[in-house]
Amino acid sequence: MAIDAAQPETPGAPEGRQNPQGRPPPETEETAVAGHAPGVRHAPGVGHSPELRPGVQRLPIAVGPGPGDLTDGAAASEATAGLLEVRHLNAYYGTFRAIRDVDLSIRPNAVTALIGPSGCGKTTFLRTLNRMHELVPGATVQGTIELDGVDVYGSNIDPVRLRRVMGMVFQRPSPFPTMSIYDNVVAGLRLTGRHQRSELDAVVERSLRRAALWDEVKDKLRENGMSLSGGQQQRLCIARALAVGPEVLLMDEPASALDPIATLRIEELIAELKQSYTIVIVTHNMQQAARVSDRTAFLTMGEDRAGYLVEVDETSRIFTNPRERLTEDYVSGRFG
Amino acid sequence: MTLVAAGLIVVLLAGITIRLAIESAGTWARFGLGFLGGTTWDVVNGVYGALPFVAGTVESSLLALIIAVPLSLLTAIFLAELAPRWLSVPLTFLVELLAAIPSVVVGLWGVFVLSPFLRDTVEKWLVGALGFIPIFSGPAFGIGLFSASVVLAIMIVPTIVSVSREVIVAVPGAQREAMLALGATRWETTRRAVLPYARSGIVGAVILGLGRALGETMAVTMVIGNKDIVPTRVFDQAQTIASKIATTFNEAQVGIQTQSLIALGLVLLAITLALNVIARLLVRQVAGDGGGLASGG
Repeated sequence: MAIDAAQPETPGAPEGRQNPQGRPPPETEETAVAGHAPGVRHAPGVGHSPELRPGVQRLPIAVGPGPGDLTDGAAASEATAGLLEVRHLNAYYGTFRAIRDVDLSIRPNAVTALIGPSGCGKTTFLRTLNRMHELVPGATVQGTIELDGVDVYGSNIDPVRLRRVMGMVFQRPSPFPTMSIYDNVVAGLRLTGRHQRSELDAVVERSLRRAALWDEVKDKLRENGMSLSGGQQQRLCIARALAVGPEVLLMDEPASALDPIATLRIEELIAELKQSYTIVIVTHNMQQAARVSDRTAFLTMGEDRAGYLVEVDETSRIFTNPRERLTEDYVSGRFG
Repeated sequence: MTLVAAGLIVVLLAGITIRLAIESAGTWARFGLGFLGGTTWDVVNGVYGALPFVAGTVESSLLALIIAVPLSLLTAIFLAELAPRWLSVPLTFLVELLAAIPSVVVGLWGVFVLSPFLRDTVEKWLVGALGFIPIFSGPAFGIGLFSASVVLAIMIVPTIVSVSREVIVAVPGAQREAMLALGATRWETTRRAVLPYARSGIVGAVILGLGRALGETMAVTMVIGNKDIVPTRVFDQAQTIASKIATTFNEAQVGIQTQSLIALGLVLLAITLALNVIARLLVRQVAGDGGGLASGG
C-alpha cells in the first residue's frame, strides 16, 4: 500500500497502533459484534478530546459498528460520530496529481456538498475518504484523513471494514441484478457472516424505511431489484448502504441519472438522513447543492490540472457572498 | 446479398440433415428407435446398435467438462480479475494458443506422453484410493475413456477460458464498486457480484466447450481405445460416435453398414442441436431473470 499516512505516533496512545506489521485486525464475527454494543461507541464529546483519544481510537473503524447502529440505542451517540478531518490531502493517479493539498473539516449530522467544474477531483476526493481511490491501479494518497480522531489510513485500519463505516452511493443506480430487493439490502450484512433470518428481516425493514422505500416495496421484497424505477433503484442502493450501519454516507452525484421527481425524493431523503449521518455529496447541480447542503466546498482545477479547494463555508454564504472571486464566478455561472 | 448468404446456411443445414436422414433410412427401417438402445455392432450378422457410441460420446464429454470447468473458471477469474495487465495479456494469448494446436498433434501427445503418464500416476492413485467404487475400479491401461476425457478437457479449456474471461471483463465496474463499497474483499466481490452477473455468459461458454467436446474426433479416436462397449468404468476402453465413424467409414460396405454409420452421424447431429437449444433456453431464462449478459453463448 503506497500510502504515506504521515501521522506521528501519539506518545500516550500505544494501543492506537495495535498492529505494527500493518496487518488488518482479524475479521471475525466476535469483534464485529462486540463493536456494536451501543454503549461501547464514543460517548458525546469524547470524539475530539485528545487526552481521551486512546480509548476511542480503534473502536469505530478498526472494529466497525454493525447493523446495531440502526437501533434506537445508538441514536444518542450518533450526535458526535462521523466527524471527518482532512489535512494536506493529495491524491495521485500514478504520477498525475489529481488533488492538491486539500484541508477540509466535515461536520457530522450535516450535509456537505462538493461543487466544482468537471475534472476538478470532486469524485476522487470522495473516494479517498472511504479508501476506494486506492483500488485504482497506481492510485495513491498523501496526507491524513481522520474519522472521529482515527487516521483512516493508519496501519491498523482495514479498508474493507472502513467502507462499512463510510457507505457510498454512486452516480448510476447499481442494484445487483441477480438479487431480489431483499437480498440487495442485506448483501453487505451477508459479507459479515450474518445470516439469522429474523435479524436480516429487521434490518431490511429498517433500512428500507430509512431510505423511504419500504411502503413501495414491502409487498414485493422477493422481486428483482431491477424491476424498480430508476429513482427507486437509487433509494434501494441507499438502503443497501445504510444496512451495514455506516456513520458517513458518501454520495457521488446520486441524482444525476434521475428525473426531476425522483431527484426531489432523493433530496428529501438526504434531508432526513442527515439527522443520523454525516453526508458528503458531490453534485454538478448548483441548485441541488443550495437546496440540500448545510455547507458547501468549492473545488476547481489548477494550472497543473490538479484539483484544489478554493473555499468552504456555510452554503448560504457560498451562494450569496463568497469570499473568493473564483467561487463567485462559478456559482453565478460565469465559468465551469 | 446478405439474405442469400444467410439463406444458404439454412439450406445447407437443412440439406445435410435431410440427406443424413435419407441415407440412413435403411437402418431406421430395420431397427427403428431400437437402434439407439442396441448394444451390438456386428458387421458379420448385420446387427447394428448405437448405444456404446452414444454412451461413449456423452460420458467422455461430461467427464471432460468435470475436469475442464473448474480449471477454466479459476483461470478466467485469475486472468480477468486478479492478474496484473503485464501478466494477463500474454497468459490470455497463450491460453488461446492452446486452441490452435491441431487435434492430431494433441492426440499424438496423448498416446505417447499423456496416457502412459496418467496410467502410472493419476489412474494408479484413483484405482488405489477409490477403487472400491465400481466406476473407479481397475485395471487402468492409460488408453481409454479417462485419457480421452483429459485430452478433451485440454482441448476445451481455451474455449471456456476465453469466452468466460470476456464475459467477466464485460461486467460493469459499477457492480464491483458497489460490492466493494459495502465492505467486501476482492474475492467476495468476484464471488458475490461479478460471477452472478456473468453467470449466463459463463454457462454459454461451458456449452460452447461441450459442443466442441462432443464433436471432437481425431484426438479422441487416438486415445480412447476404440472398443465397441458401453463404458461402465472411467478407465474402460470405449468409442465415441465420431471416433466410430472415423475408424470404420473407410472399409464400410455399401448397404446397411454404411447406412448405420450415417445414422450414427444423424444421432450426433441431433445430440449437438438439442444441447445447443437447451443451452440457449438456459441462458435466456437466466438472462430474463435479470441475470446480466444475454450474449456470450
